[in-house]
Formats: sequence, structure tokens, C-alpha cells
Amino acid sequence: MVGQRPGPGPRIVAIRQMAQRFTYATLVLASFALLMLSKADTALVDGVRAKVVDAFAPILDAVSRPVTAGQEMVATVHEMTRLHEENARLREENERLLRWQTAARALEAENASLRDLLDYVPAPTARAISGRVIGDHGGAFAHSVILNAGSRDGVRKGQAAVTGDGLVGRVAEVGRLSSRVLLITDLNSRVPVLVETTRTRAILAGDNRERPRLMRLPNGAAVSSGDRIVTSGHAGALPPGIPVGIVASVTEGLIEVQPFVDRHRLEYVLVADTGLTGILASDPSASDGADQ
Amino acid sequence: MKPTLGQKLDQLARNLTPFALTLILVVLDLVPLHLPSMARVAPMLTVVAVFHWAVYRPYLLPPSAVFLIGLLQDILGGTPLGVHALVLLSVHGIVVWQNRFLAGKSFGIVWLGFALILAAACLEVWVLMSVFHGTLIDADALSHQFLTTLGFYPPLSWLLIRWQQTILRVD
Repeated sequence: MVGQRPGPGPRIVAIRQMAQRFTYATLVLASFALLMLSKADTALVDGVRAKVVDAFAPILDAVSRPVTAGQEMVATVHEMTRLHEENARLREENERLLRWQTAARALEAENASLRDLLDYVPAPTARAISGRVIGDHGGAFAHSVILNAGSRDGVRKGQAAVTGDGLVGRVAEVGRLSSRVLLITDLNSRVPVLVETTRTRAILAGDNRERPRLMRLPNGAAVSSGDRIVTSGHAGALPPGIPVGIVASVTEGLIEVQPFVDRHRLEYVLVADTGLTGILASDPSASDGADQ
Repeated sequence: MKPTLGQKLDQLARNLTPFALTLILVVLDLVPLHLPSMARVAPMLTVVAVFHWAVYRPYLLPPSAVFLIGLLQDILGGTPLGVHALVLLSVHGIVVWQNRFLAGKSFGIVWLGFALILAAACLEVWVLMSVFHGTLIDADALSHQFLTTLGFYPPLSWLLIRWQQTILRVD
């Protein structure tokens, strides 16, 4: 590089160039091979991915902390400036909620007595594991986030990830310290859902846009914009009744759903451990990986 | 005068910084910023870095390093393994191959070159992902990403040039 010594002979330069080209071609071929491997053996690739993400989890955790702290500070300042109107709103909401509480108490009592009459076996109650979002790659093609909770904390593949607003997605890969949640907007996401009022079954399919679509509706089913969509619990994949979104637009053959959960506001996520095995857990390598 | 072992190690450590910096960009790419629509406009920082080093100091970020960075991006970002490795290798390959059009040119020309290569890289990601999933993927978000990445090029490239001049002690 310095140019003080005489350079290598032309033959050596040619050999070096050839070696460089060979390395480059090998790496390109290796990339293609990996691409095909990702398509063919998803269990193996997921396992490797989970291990590497685990190794990076402490770094991601540390790096995402100041951002979250800054975000919370901005939110606090923002809240303080409109404390007065927020108070008024909350007082109003509190009144409304108290009325709901009365209604809920009455329904609860009625429900209990009816269950007694029927010898009803209640559904297993969900245990929730909370995780912080430590990685969100963004971009046009990766609709997934990384949580700082893994198999050590009880997270299993296929479990539902929710926030107070509704369904976030489903756990797709689990490492010991971290896990990846596939968002409902991802191209690979398929969630069995119900239209809440009409109880019409459908599949909510992501397509990498902000609004996933409703598919596989029965013939003649009527869906109109403003309908609430909740999980159906069919196929045992997710617990039933989790709010998912609201029908935003209905055009010829295309029903778009606006999810309740905002991706950019995801900070803490609850992973619901319902004890359901789910369709994903039937994959033996997946459950093995989670148990280790 | 022959450099001492200490000097050699010092230079080696400095020469490893382009790789380390690009790795940091991969991690930074993943930090959740909680900004509305950020996911749809996230800049492709690694493409900027790989392009930059391929233009100015290709030997400091060789194909093997580019491959590792792309692979890590695929693993952490959740994309099929090999997609970003291929795209970053292509960026590196095209720049090195067409180096006479870029090396030593004014900033405007290099930026224009970046725009063209970035467009090709975006097209390549789109084709690879569409073929992988067997469906035409919505390219709307990708076009936003193209524009933000183009906008991020001048500041990031300026920082990397400063780094080159102060830390790498060359030129």
C-alpha cells in the first residue's frame, strides 16, 4: 500500500485476483444455498436463528433501554402539559366504567349460577409472561419483533402475544433469553378470527402492508366497515376472544382490517400461556428446542 | 523503516473498525425507535456502509466481511437467510467492478452512483423475497425505504469519511 517496496510480479497479481474472484463466487453461491435451506428446513434455520438472537439479546436489551427511557420522559412531559383535560376525561371514563362494573358483577353472578346448573368445566386460565421489545428491524419485509423473554421465562412457540389493545402476533421462534414474535401484518401470518357481532369465521392474512386482509369468508357472509374482529380460537392456535382489529374498508373481494395494536408503540408485550398446545407445537423439533 | 509489532497491531485494530462499525449499524437498525411509520421507512444503513467502504477502501471490508454482515442482518431481522448477504455482496461487487466511475469523483457523482446501486439493491431484495414467498410483495414500503436511505447517505458517508481520516490515518 505504501509503494516503497517493489510490487509483486504480474503473475502473483493475476493469481491473487483469481483467488479473490473465486472467494466472491463462493460467497454468492453460499448465500443462494442458505436461501434454499431457509425454504427447505425451517426448523433448523429457526433453531440457529434463535441461538444467535439469544447471543445478541443482552446487547439489544442494553441499546434499546435509553431509547425507551427517552420515550417515556417525552411521554411524561407531554402528559403533564395536559393534566387538566386528561383528568376530566378520566373522571368521565371512570363513571362510565363504574356502570360497566355493575353490569359485569351482575353478569358474573348470573354466569356462575348458570355454570353451576350446567356442571360447566371452565377453560384453563391464561398465565401471562411479560417481555420488553428489544428489537424491531422494520423495513418492508420483516414484520417481526424480538422480545427479551424466552424459554427460561416460559415462552413457547405458537403462543399469542398481546397488549392491552389487542393481539400483536404469535411467537415464531424461542431462544433461552429471547423470542421472536411474528406480527399479524407479516406475509406468513394467518390467524383464525371471528367477526364479533355476526360470529362469521374467517382467516386474517397478513401481506406485509399495514392492514391485513380477511380471507376464507363463507359465501354470502356480510361484513361491513366498523365491525370488530376477534380471535376465534379455532385450530387451538390462539385463545379465543382476543381483540384483533376493526374492519377498515370493504371493497370488491378485499376486506382490510386496521389492527388495534400500533407497531411503533409496542414496548411491553404479554405472552399468553394458555396451556393450549397449538398447531405449531405439533412440530416436534420446535417443542424440543423450547424445552432445552 | 520497518514498523514495530506494536505499530502493526495498532494498524490492524484500526483496519478492523470498518467491519465493527458496520456491525454496530446492524444492531442500530434493530433498536425500536417507537416512531410512527418508522417500520415502513427504516433506512438500509448497512447498504450505505458497504457502498462507502467499497468505493473508498474496498480492502477494509472484503467480500467475506460483507457476507457475514448480511447474514447477521438476516438472522436478527427475521428475513430468509442469505437475502441481505446476497444484496450486500452485489452492492460490493458492482462498486468494485465499476470503481473507475466512482473512485476519486466528486460527492455529487458518488451520491448519484449510490442512488443507482441502491435502486438495483432494492429491486434485488424485492425479487428475492417475492420468489422466496411465491407471491408479488407490496413494494410501497420499499420505495419509502429507498428515499430515506438516499437521504441518510450524505450524513453517514460524511461521518465515515471523517472516521477514515482520523482513525484509519490514511489520506
